[in-house]
Order: sequence, then C-alpha cells, then structure tokens
Amino acid sequence: MAQVLLSNVRKSYGDVEVIKGVDWQINDGEFVVIVGPSGCGKSTLLRMIAGLETISGGEISIKGTVVNKLEPSERDIAMVFQNYALYPHMSVYQNMAYGLKIKKIPKEEIEERVQKAAEILEIEDYLERSPRQLSGGQRQRVAMGRAIVRQPAVFLFDEPLSNLDAKLRVQMRLEIKKLQENLGITSVYVTHDQVEAMTLGHRLAVLNEGVVEQLGTPIEIYEKPQTVFVAGFIGSPSMNLINGKLDDEGNSIVLPEGGTVKLSKGKKQYKGQEITLGIRPEHVTLAKGKENGIEVKISVVEQLGADTLVHCTLGKGETKISDTGFVVRLSGIKTFEEGSFMSLNFADKHLHMFDAKTGKRIE
Amino acid sequence: MLKRVHFGTSVLPYLLLAPQIIVTLVFFIWPASQALYQSLLIEDAFGLSSEFVWFENFENLVSDKTYLNSFQRTAMFSFSVAFIAMSTALVLASMADRVIKGALTYRTLLIWPYAVAPVIAGALWVFMFDPTLGIFVYALKAIGYEWNHKLNGNEAMFLVVVASAWKQVAYNFLFFIAAMQSIPKSLIEAAAIDGAGPVKRFFSIIFPLITPTTFFLLVVNVVYAFFDTFGVVHAITQGGPAKATEILVYKVFYDGFVGLDLGGSAAQSVILMAIVIVLTVIQFRYIEKKVEYT
Amino acid sequence: MTEHRPILTFIAHLTLILGIALVAFPIWVTFVAASHEAARMVQVPLPLLPGDQFFVNLREVFVNGIAGAGGIPVGLMMMNSLIVALMITFGKIAISLISAFAIVYFKFPFRMAFFWMIFITLMLPVEVRILPTFEVVANLGMLNSYWGLSIPLIASATATFLFRQVFLTMPDEMLEAARVDGAGPLRFFWDILLPLSRTNIAALFVIMFIYGWNQYLWPLLITTDRSMVTVVMGIKQMLEAAEQAPQWNLIMMTSLLAMLPPVAVVIAMQSLFVRGLTETEK
Repeated sequence: MAQVLLSNVRKSYGDVEVIKGVDWQINDGEFVVIVGPSGCGKSTLLRMIAGLETISGGEISIKGTVVNKLEPSERDIAMVFQNYALYPHMSVYQNMAYGLKIKKIPKEEIEERVQKAAEILEIEDYLERSPRQLSGGQRQRVAMGRAIVRQPAVFLFDEPLSNLDAKLRVQMRLEIKKLQENLGITSVYVTHDQVEAMTLGHRLAVLNEGVVEQLGTPIEIYEKPQTVFVAGFIGSPSMNLINGKLDDEGNSIVLPEGGTVKLSKGKKQYKGQEITLGIRPEHVTLAKGKENGIEVKISVVEQLGADTLVHCTLGKGETKISDTGFVVRLSGIKTFEEGSFMSLNFADKHLHMFDAKTGKRIE
Repeated sequence: MLKRVHFGTSVLPYLLLAPQIIVTLVFFIWPASQALYQSLLIEDAFGLSSEFVWFENFENLVSDKTYLNSFQRTAMFSFSVAFIAMSTALVLASMADRVIKGALTYRTLLIWPYAVAPVIAGALWVFMFDPTLGIFVYALKAIGYEWNHKLNGNEAMFLVVVASAWKQVAYNFLFFIAAMQSIPKSLIEAAAIDGAGPVKRFFSIIFPLITPTTFFLLVVNVVYAFFDTFGVVHAITQGGPAKATEILVYKVFYDGFVGLDLGGSAAQSVILMAIVIVLTVIQFRYIEKKVEYT
Repeated sequence: MTEHRPILTFIAHLTLILGIALVAFPIWVTFVAASHEAARMVQVPLPLLPGDQFFVNLREVFVNGIAGAGGIPVGLMMMNSLIVALMITFGKIAISLISAFAIVYFKFPFRMAFFWMIFITLMLPVEVRILPTFEVVANLGMLNSYWGLSIPLIASATATFLFRQVFLTMPDEMLEAARVDGAGPLRFFWDILLPLSRTNIAALFVIMFIYGWNQYLWPLLITTDRSMVTVVMGIKQMLEAAEQAPQWNLIMMTSLLAMLPPVAVVIAMQSLFVRGLTETEK
C-alpha cells in the first residue's frame, strides 16, 4: 500500500508557482530522497507533506487519508529539522516526551517509548541533560529520537545533516540508513547533497524549479539520466556536456570546436539534429592514436591521490583562466604538462545524448 | 514582522490583544483626543459653558509671553541637563573603559542613581542647598557667596539642572561604556601601532565610532529633561522663584490643576504631544541607521 | 589595555573615584542627616559624620510618620508603593507578552492597525494628557484606589516591542516542532515561548519595578485619601511641611527608605538591569 501519495500537488505564493504539479507514490517502508539545488522547492514540498505549508492544489494522502486540511500533529508523521529544533529549556527526556504528553499517552508508556528510542540511538546517558550540553551529533540523535518515539507512519527529514562537520556527516548518514532499515518506517528525506541522496535513498526524486525531473533508483539516475539537468546535477565532478550536431546520416556527432564522435549504432531518426552530448569524466579515456574522440588543451591538473582530474578546454583558441570546460578523471597519479594538447577517446556505451531544445534524453 | 509559520485566523488573537487595546483606548487615545478637542474650546471660569473657538487657545499661547519664556527656558534647561549628564558620563565611561581592575565595582557604584525617583533626587539636593541649613550653602558662605535659590532665579535653575543631571549620569554611563566596549579591540590596537596615543585615539577613533550612541543619548536626555523632571522641579522650586524654573510640563500641570485654565492647558498638552512625536520619529529614524553601525 | 601607562591608569582610577564620590555625596549627606536627632539638624553647620539616632528615626518615621505632613506612617506608604509597583510591573509584563504573541504569531485582519495603536502610546506620556486622563479615571470611580494608580500605567509600547523582538528572533522551527508535537497556540505560548523568554521577562521586571515604584505625578493627581499615599509622594508633603518646621532627620530617613527598594533591585540584579535598560531602548 502506498504510504504517501501525491497527486498533482501544487504550491504558489501569489503569482509565483514553486511546486508545479508533483505526482508520485511512496511505498511502505521505502526511503525516498528529494534532491535538487537550493531554491528548487524541495523543502517546500516536504513541509507540505508535514502540514507546515498549505497546499495550493492537488492532494496529499498518507496511509489512504487525504491530509490536505489536517494539522501536522494529526498526520501521523514525525519530522527531523535542519537545526534540530530541540526545545532548549527542556531536558533530552522532556524533548522526546513532549509530543506524547500532549497526546495524553500514559506516563508509563511514554517512559517506555523514550527509553527504547534512547537505547536504539545510544543516548540513554544523556536523557537528563539539556540540549545545550550536547554535541552536534548527539543533538541530531535526540532529534531523531523525538521522531522515533512518536511511532509515525512517515519520517520526514529536512536536510538533517547539513549542520554537522564533514566527518560526522558521513557517520550519521550511515546511522540514518541503518536505522531506517531496522525500523522499516517510510521516510522522505530532503537534501542538496548528492552523495547523501545516492547513498541513502531507495529512490531519488530530482527536483528542479518545482518539477520532478526524474524519479528512480540511484543507479537508474546515474546511468540513464532522463534530462540534461539530471545529467549535470548528479555525479561529481559533473558530467561533461558539449553542444553538437548529428551528421546527415546520423552516424556521427560533429562538434563545433572541431572533431567528430563516431557512433557504432547510427541514429537515423535524429539525423541533422542539434544535440547535447554528455560524457562523465570517469568514462573518458586517453586515446592512443586518433580514434574516436576529440583533442583538448590541458589547462589545470589536480592530483587527488586516488584520481587525477584534468581540466581541459575544447578547441585550440586562447583560453582564459576561468575556462575549465571539460574534465577528465583518470585513476591513479598521472602527470601532464599544462598547456599541452591531448586526444581523448569516448566509449560509445557511456555516451549520453539529449535533445538540445527540450533537454530530454535521446536513446 | 510576522512569523513565516503562524497560527490561522481565530478569535484568539483578538482576545490576547484585548487588555492592551482596551487600556490604550480608555487611558491613552480617548484622553489624548479629549485634549485635542478641549484645546479648541474656551470654558468660562465656573466650567458651566464652553465655546468652540478653533485655534484661539493656540493663538493666545503663541502671543503669551510667559508661555514663550517657558518654552525657551525648557529648551535651555533640557540642553543643559543633557550636556552636563552626557559629558560627565562620557568622561567616566572613557576612564572605566581603560581600567581592568575593579571595572564592575565602579559600574555598580555609578549606576544606582538611575533608580532614585526624580522627586527624591530633588529632595536630596534641596536639602544640601537649603538657604539656611544646607551644607553647600554653608561652604559657599565660607568663600563669601550668599546662596538663596528661593530668591535667585538663576540659582534655582542651576539647582534643578544639577539635580536632574545627577540622576541621568548613570544611564548615559551605561550606554557609553557599552558602545566603547563594542569597538573591536583590533581597531584600537591598530591605532596604537600607527602611533596614536590614548588621547588622540579617543578623539580620532573612539569618539567618532560612538557617535550613534551619543546622538541617541542626546535624544533620550532631551526627552528625559522635557518630561521626566516634573518631580525634581516640584520638589525643589515649584516653578519659582517668579516662574524662573517653570518648564513646560510643570506649566501644563499648574495651569490645568491650579489655574484651572482647561483650554489653555489642553492646548499646551497638544504642543507637548507634537514635541514627543517629533522626538520619537527622530529616535526611530536613528534606530534604523544604528543597524548599519553594528 | 593597549599599552602600559601606569600614570594614565592612575588618573583613570582617580577620576572614577571622584565621580563616585560626586554621585554618592548626596546619599552620604542623607544618611548622616537621617542618623541625628532633630535638634542637631537645625544647627549650622550640619554634621558630616553620622550620629547615633538612626534606628530611633527609622522607628519614628516607619510607625508614626511626620506629624506636620499628616502623620502617615512611612511603613504604610511603602506598602502602598510596593503594591502599586508590583501591579504595574506584572500588569505591563502580562499584557505586553500576550499582545506581542498575538502580533507575531497570528495572522488576522487589522493586525497592523492594532500594532500602530500600541505604538502611539509611546507618544502620549502621562505628562501630556494629565487632565483628560484624570477625568476618565474620576468617571470610572478609580480615584484613590490601587486600580486607578496602576491600570492607566500598564499599557506599554516599550514592553510590547521588546517581546515582539524576542519572539521574532525565536527560530521558526520551534513553532514548527511544537506543531508537529501537537501543541496548540496557548500550549506553545505557555510551554515554549514563556520559558524561553524568562531572562527578558526578568530584565523587564527590574526596569518596570523601578518605573512603577518611582511614579510621582500620576499618584499625586489621583490620590487625596491619606491611606493611599505612596512613599515617593509622601516625600513631597514632608518637604512642604519642612517650610514650617524642618525635620530634616525624618525627611531624609524617609528619602532613604523611599529609594532603598529600587536601588537594591538595581544593585542586586545588576546584569538583568543593564540588559533590561539596553533592550528596552532597541
């Protein structure tokens, strides 16, 4: 059964529409991550599910009940906020028990639930402390504990890790993943961090300007991005995107800066069309001779140890410092002379093509 | 102004606002509009009939020499109080900003007069300057000066100014010291490295940087001298001798309650209201600017 | 300090000590006067060192007052002052808290109109509406009552603004978390907002207590009944009596008593006082 169902959900502030008709269903026990650049409407969407923002159009239902007009506390959800939103004047125990107390749940049961959640999160020793005395990671756990004790149908996470330092973020990411798997509670998680999105979600929704560009598993999204936006947004460093044109037979792509890329399987139906060609930096290989690919000028080389990133510019003209253009990722330590030229080879199976006008994927 | 997330419309916010709004309407807005209305009336001596006279009360005031004198006197009084209270506080604050040891003790010992009621401040000073018994009068006599503020208008004015300023030093001191301590230490140190001595630093760095506070205090002090010194005057001189210390607030009270000139007193109230409005606007304008400095 | 200049530091200390002496001298004189018998207080020069009649005088004014000024015991006056000051303080804080809550956390028609109505009170100090306010209070039958002494003074734009500011800086997530937890407006106000504002409330309490205790013009206008006299007003009546028969030892003892509670509050709660003072001016 679908735990959360969104149909044609819209949100507008005056004339500005920020969520432009979102349709999807989230299954029981599923972990869905909404990812997108800042201002894409991802937090708004989550807050609409939570009941903290009104819904301008469409319907949201949770466990089969339409919740459009329900208060947050009546929606059977729990939320973990970006800055945790712990009540600073209450102890950890009181923070976790507050919602249950309002629900008039018997004292013994509150006690039991809080204890259990504290055990799961390993915060039993801090129950009497005030949030001020806790570290960032501990506060994060308390915020999750507050969500767990409610035993909700859906967990909502609003960028919960963005206030932690890099190391702790990785650790908490793993903990959240484990916790979600163990508890099996349907979760919706908002983040702008694609690593979090890729590692946490069973499915990802890539949101851009209020529109879901693609909804799919992390692998689907990585391997078959449906739009130029998704292609550019997921993956680090970003996918290289070059403008080009299919030749009159549809057998190869002509690049305006010079060079052609031959296709093993011709695309007759698109012949002569303007396209955007995409290739991920990790899929580019150095050409031994002049096989299938292009020549580039090396502008900056970054040694990362495990990998070497080579930033290049297409074409042979003069380059500016801000021109990075094309990135190649090679494993191991490789040395190159900056300013020199090299030839690159694109493997056919790693090429992505998008319609230059609509931005949609061409198979 | 409003929270991004808020509670929806219901009767509750009106209930929450009701006490404040009722008190405001009954004790502020209604009386103030009465004052406005009465300022346009002239009542006969027995309060039996009244006549609507438009701005005659105001015209009378403007041509009334005692009122104009009182106006001038109040301005003089206010700026004297502001000047004495602020300059004393500035000196003390700049010294307190220098010392590390005992800074808190000094602050404690300097700020308490703020809590003394104006009329008590008046009582203290009138006792020390009592023409027959006062301790200062005795000291002045020793150097050949005969003090009697009950006869000498200038002496009376001096006394109300000093008593009023005495009470206000504490307030100014607190704000000056807060302003000085909010100046980044690195700025002072940079100036010291540039070779500026303590005095030079005060005039070229500290004083310019606390200008917003100085200006703010000037407004606050003038407001204080205008409206909160009634008790001082009432205790020390009752406006005398020969109206030498009759400031505007005292005159409103006197003409209304003792002289029973309702129209004239109301007209004075209206003028005072206008002054408060101007001062409040200046103060709020300034607060907008303050944001840039901090 | 930036550089080591012992002479300057010495001058700084000296200036501060002189400043304190200047500020404190009137109090010393008051204290000295309050500790002598009446006979000593009519001989010039007046003493500069304390006498031994302090507790005698204290008892005298506290229980009997000053005969020439109506003979109202200062103990009674202080009780009146305390009641009025507390009523003003609690009244101001209570009505300002709830009105700021309404303005910040609710959206409703005429919200801004109410806000400006409260704002206007800033521009209407008692001093400029003496007579008509007196009439209102007289018509309501509130002359010579604690209600008349306190209620007209409890509307406060300053306190409302302060709490508005405090609430506005409260993170939005507090309310959101509370709503997810199922707390309604009043519950949120009581469980979350009030406890989180308690330092501001305490700071305001100090300022408003001083304000309430030191009220002078207003009680002067509306009290004629001697049992309702506050101690700050009482001083004035004693000064008038002093024109005939100066009893400076008793007057100064009363002055000391009248300034004691607010001064004690300032010194005992200094940091709250400083905080309150700077916050209410924002």
